[in-house]
Amino acid sequence: MLKQKTFVKKTKGGNVTKARAVVREHYLRDDIWSGSPLDPDCPPESAKLAADAGAYLVIDTNVALHQMDFLEHPAVTDVVVTKTVLEEVEHRNRACFQRLRALTQSDSKRFFVFSNEHCRATYVEAAPGEGPNDRNDRAIRVVAKWYKDRLPGVRVLLLTSDAANRAAAAAEGVEALAPAAYAALRAGDAPGLGDLVARAEVEDDELAPAKASTSAAAAAGGAGGGGGGAGGRAPKRKKLFEQHRPAAEIAAGVAAGRLHQGPLRVSRFNPFEGWVSSASVGDDILISGRADMNRALDGDIVAVELLPEDQWRAPSRVLPGGGGGGGDAGADGGEGEGEGEGEGGGEGGGEGGGAGLFQVAPGGEALMEDAPAGARRPTGRVVGVPRRNWRARGYCGALKPGEPPAGGGVAGVLFVPVDRRFPMIRITTRQAAALMSQRIVVAVDGWDSDSAYPHGHYVRSLGEIGTKDTETEVLLIENDINTAPFAPAVYECVPEQPWEVAAADLADPNREDLRHLPVCSVDPPGCRDIDDALHVRELPNGNLEVGVHIADVTHFLKPGTPMDDEAAARATTTYLVGRRIDMLPKALTEDICSLRGGVERLTFSVLWELTPDAEVLSVRFTKAAILSRAALSYAEAQARIDDAAQTDEVTRGLRHLNALAKKLRAGRISRGALQLASPEVKFELGDDGDHDPIDVGVYQLRETNQMVEEFMLLANVAVAEAIVGAYPSCSLLRRHQTPEPRMFEPLLRAAAAAGIALDVSSSKALAGSLDGAVRGDDPYFNTLVRIMATRCMTQATYFGSGDVAPSEYRHYGLASPIYTHFTSPIRRYADVVVHRLLSALLGLSPLPASVRDREALRGCSDNLNVRHRNAQMAGRASVELHTLIFFRGREVVADARVTKVRANGLIVFVPRYGIEGSVYLTPKEGAGGGGGGGAAAAAAGGQQQQQQQQFILDEERQVVTSADGRLRFAVFDRCAVRIAVEEGAGQRRHLALSLVPRERLPASEVVGG
Amino acid sequence: MGRREYVSDGLRLDGRRPKELRNMRAQIGVLQSADGSAMFQMGNTQVLASVFGPREVEQRSQLQHDRAIVKCEYAMAAFSTGERRRRGKTDRRSTELSLVIRNTLEQTIQLEEYARSQIDVYVQVLQADGGTRCACINAAMLALADAGIKLRDVIASCAAGYLQGTPLLDLNHEEDRAGGPDISVAYQPGLGKIVALQMDGRLPTEAFDECVQLAIEGCKAMAGVMRKELLRHTRALMAAGEDAGGGGGGGGGAALR
Repeated sequence: MLKQKTFVKKTKGGNVTKARAVVREHYLRDDIWSGSPLDPDCPPESAKLAADAGAYLVIDTNVALHQMDFLEHPAVTDVVVTKTVLEEVEHRNRACFQRLRALTQSDSKRFFVFSNEHCRATYVEAAPGEGPNDRNDRAIRVVAKWYKDRLPGVRVLLLTSDAANRAAAAAEGVEALAPAAYAALRAGDAPGLGDLVARAEVEDDELAPAKASTSAAAAAGGAGGGGGGAGGRAPKRKKLFEQHRPAAEIAAGVAAGRLHQGPLRVSRFNPFEGWVSSASVGDDILISGRADMNRALDGDIVAVELLPEDQWRAPSRVLPGGGGGGGDAGADGGEGEGEGEGEGGGEGGGEGGGAGLFQVAPGGEALMEDAPAGARRPTGRVVGVPRRNWRARGYCGALKPGEPPAGGGVAGVLFVPVDRRFPMIRITTRQAAALMSQRIVVAVDGWDSDSAYPHGHYVRSLGEIGTKDTETEVLLIENDINTAPFAPAVYECVPEQPWEVAAADLADPNREDLRHLPVCSVDPPGCRDIDDALHVRELPNGNLEVGVHIADVTHFLKPGTPMDDEAAARATTTYLVGRRIDMLPKALTEDICSLRGGVERLTFSVLWELTPDAEVLSVRFTKAAILSRAALSYAEAQARIDDAAQTDEVTRGLRHLNALAKKLRAGRISRGALQLASPEVKFELGDDGDHDPIDVGVYQLRETNQMVEEFMLLANVAVAEAIVGAYPSCSLLRRHQTPEPRMFEPLLRAAAAAGIALDVSSSKALAGSLDGAVRGDDPYFNTLVRIMATRCMTQATYFGSGDVAPSEYRHYGLASPIYTHFTSPIRRYADVVVHRLLSALLGLSPLPASVRDREALRGCSDNLNVRHRNAQMAGRASVELHTLIFFRGREVVADARVTKVRANGLIVFVPRYGIEGSVYLTPKEGAGGGGGGGAAAAAAGGQQQQQQQQFILDEERQVVTSADGRLRFAVFDRCAVRIAVEEGAGQRRHLALSLVPRERLPASEVVGG
Repeated sequence: MGRREYVSDGLRLDGRRPKELRNMRAQIGVLQSADGSAMFQMGNTQVLASVFGPREVEQRSQLQHDRAIVKCEYAMAAFSTGERRRRGKTDRRSTELSLVIRNTLEQTIQLEEYARSQIDVYVQVLQADGGTRCACINAAMLALADAGIKLRDVIASCAAGYLQGTPLLDLNHEEDRAGGPDISVAYQPGLGKIVALQMDGRLPTEAFDECVQLAIEGCKAMAGVMRKELLRHTRALMAAGEDAGGGGGGGGGAALR
């Protein structure tokens, strides 16, 4: 049945200096089947390909790497993926590999993995002098030939973009086509296929120019009807970018310390400026200007060469560039200027000339010249891109408005991504006119050194620009939130509805029956996914028993099931304004797990015995069944507590809990817990079909919010201590790192200018000095300082306890030595993991493999952190979008506070709407509300010089004064701004802020008296 | 980053299916100077074992009046892993392995038949590619048989691991390095007895049972190969006068479904 042959395969292992031969066994087999029902030898259960397929497609590695959108088209089926291709893709591009894997697992796509490397008939040994690429190409051709010979009844097509490979295939008697030609073949039954074909890779920096041009010609030829690719570009053009250096040279350079390697982070505020962190330099390296960025996109792993020290520059510090160290809320307001660059660049690039267009942005240039020498940073230029990190899911944006392309033919157009960190992308499409008013998704295919822009292809359309649904879809894609409906396999894991607690559940000796307890839940109004409920009762000894009851999600969510895999991948529920993207199917989220009032539910409960002074005497954990007496909102609970007439069991319990919570809170604050503030806003949505926001307000916090929070903290800390005690190396915890003193510097400088001394030596000291930071004339001042302090800190993160020393477990903000998340398993996967750990510790269930060791947990916590952050960003983007919709057709003058001063403007924060943005101090511009994008950019350089004559920035005192002394703005000052929506370039709408005299501020808008 | 797939599309990295052994080869009587010797190969793992004795006890203080004592020395050749590294005979790993091999062999040697004597077993790993522990036991077992020492039953040893939810038989070095749990079992097929079992890492009990069962199946297949070689060797001895060394019959493919 199995004939084996052992032979020696040598691979270089270890590092370059200590290369050694590794000998591995490689078995060749006779039991590898073709996966076709037409093959008499192939067992029916492994026949994945269809018997009646038009053709079996054998793809090569480049097709898999670059034509994924094409392969994902429903019309492309019955594809043979050779192991050679699969392994190479896995090695070269992980994201692409995962998409290919998903295709091979899909039943409808019929992608069959053929293990050609282990099949005796198709194994190919490299001929002497044959490179690995040639060998792999040959291996794939051998597979195509094998299929052809074995299955004479089917057409076997080799898909490859490489003309030489196609020629070789023809010589061997295998029919080969380029993807574009195949799409043309299918134009009848799948008309959309052609647009999805990525232009063949012309860029081959590493190759000799001669070869590059032949492959370009081949590609143009291969494109067949779809020729004329990128808008009639001449075949020979001047190189605009320096060629990337060969991989070997980069590796050697990095090893020798001549080059520095790391991911490129492009500034959100200035797309012409990026940073590469490098351990070898010990500082971030500045990359300034598109030429030095040399075709690298945000997120790419780049190799950087440092420039000589006399060419080092300073990062941009005037408004367009340096807008914003911290302000997340400021992202929408800060857009104003940079648009112009895109605009100007576009004009130049359209005609294919444009040496100037990728030069440093005008704003940046002006700044560099007068930057103090001390502010210069190590500056470098990109010499190679060892690994591209182009988004597989594509980039959202719109076509650049302009002259409508003639006729219905193929046209090259420019695409403007919504995320300003990315350059415009040139795409070829037949439907340019129809797409003009649409938000579309585009994927990047490559960037030639003779092109000002990367080239890509159209993936799909999201809908009309500017509508709420379309723009929401955009922000979800940009933040990589999975909104796909759950798969049928996931729904199969959901218990049948109507579901109720079964007798078997209650009979379980490990589950306590707590249905007699007066449990109630307190949540935001309209909350459907109720994770937690509380109870308190007096014990005979005068102490109090407090219970926190958390939905027993892991009772339904078993490890290793499709639902668990899906929940682990999603990691969190995403909350947008008026919309929720669930981690678990709705039946579980809103009903079966949700601790609704008046119904019996299963819980995982924490029970304490507390003294009346809120001293914890004991704690225990148990699975339980409860019957919630009431599901209250914060306001309802507060009303019950405050209404002395109500003396029912639940209300008395709430009063007890409230009193205990205050004591717990006082204790926590005395240990140094910080009371921070966030500029959260709440929208009131209209009842009409659109659900557009009709009012914006700052989220109101009540005592009951703090009450619930306090007990959740208590439960989380208790669970964290328990699981770490049992699983010191594989517990999932959450920590908040102590901020570095330098992170507080901007805050300290601003506070000092305002005459406030903050002590940041410890969280306790900071909490104390934040309490003392008050100004008699501005009641809002304290909140503002707290918001700014929050921004100085890092995000709290999940981590595996084995990866960090116990002294580093600390949660700075909560001033707790240890912390985790246990209380929201319906909406956070971290809590699910913690539930499983706790359940294993109680001996109720085995520890699932996914958390049994450090490495597995590290993978899990990394994903949780990324997803958590994405969900937050999406939530904020949704708030921004709704703010924008709210201000559409509305102009408001609002109270604002200065948070930063710059030489040419201010960053202001508008508390009422939670907006932060920049305003320019140029009086003309101030009156005109920012002016049009293009005009602003064209004039930018000149304006700044003008402004610098007019305004003087005193960095020490954080004051900017006009030359004549009439206008003076200091940080924390009150001011008034007009807020209006402005149409930007590339169809990006944004809010524009402009200063108005404070007298124009209506009394109703004044914040803090 | 995602992890490497150790089993994809039904095949392991080296092309085996999860429940298949590597190529095995056993050869008895490879050294003339020893009383018994054997070479055992599992894939690229190759072990040489030699047995001396029963002979007089070296240190009289260790002498046992009712049974033989077994001494075992395990060593890895400096060239066995490709990376040249001199390994002492006294490092922890060697000491532990020597002890494991000795304990295992003592389960099958009829020690009481050789009172007041000593049996020396030397195992030398020539090439290491995962599963050295098992290969050592198998080689030593064959060498004992070659030395004509009375045994209760054949001992065969095989390992099974558990990676990404799949039980895998006979891990090679690459799979071993993945860090999953790894269970080595030594088994007497005739008596149906597990004589040694060791596990690194942790495993849920159900998966553990599955892996042990798989390892036992592996042991049975190994025992088949060993028995075949023993028979071949014995027949060659019976054809007296002819040259018994050198001939490498070896087991072809021992695969398990």
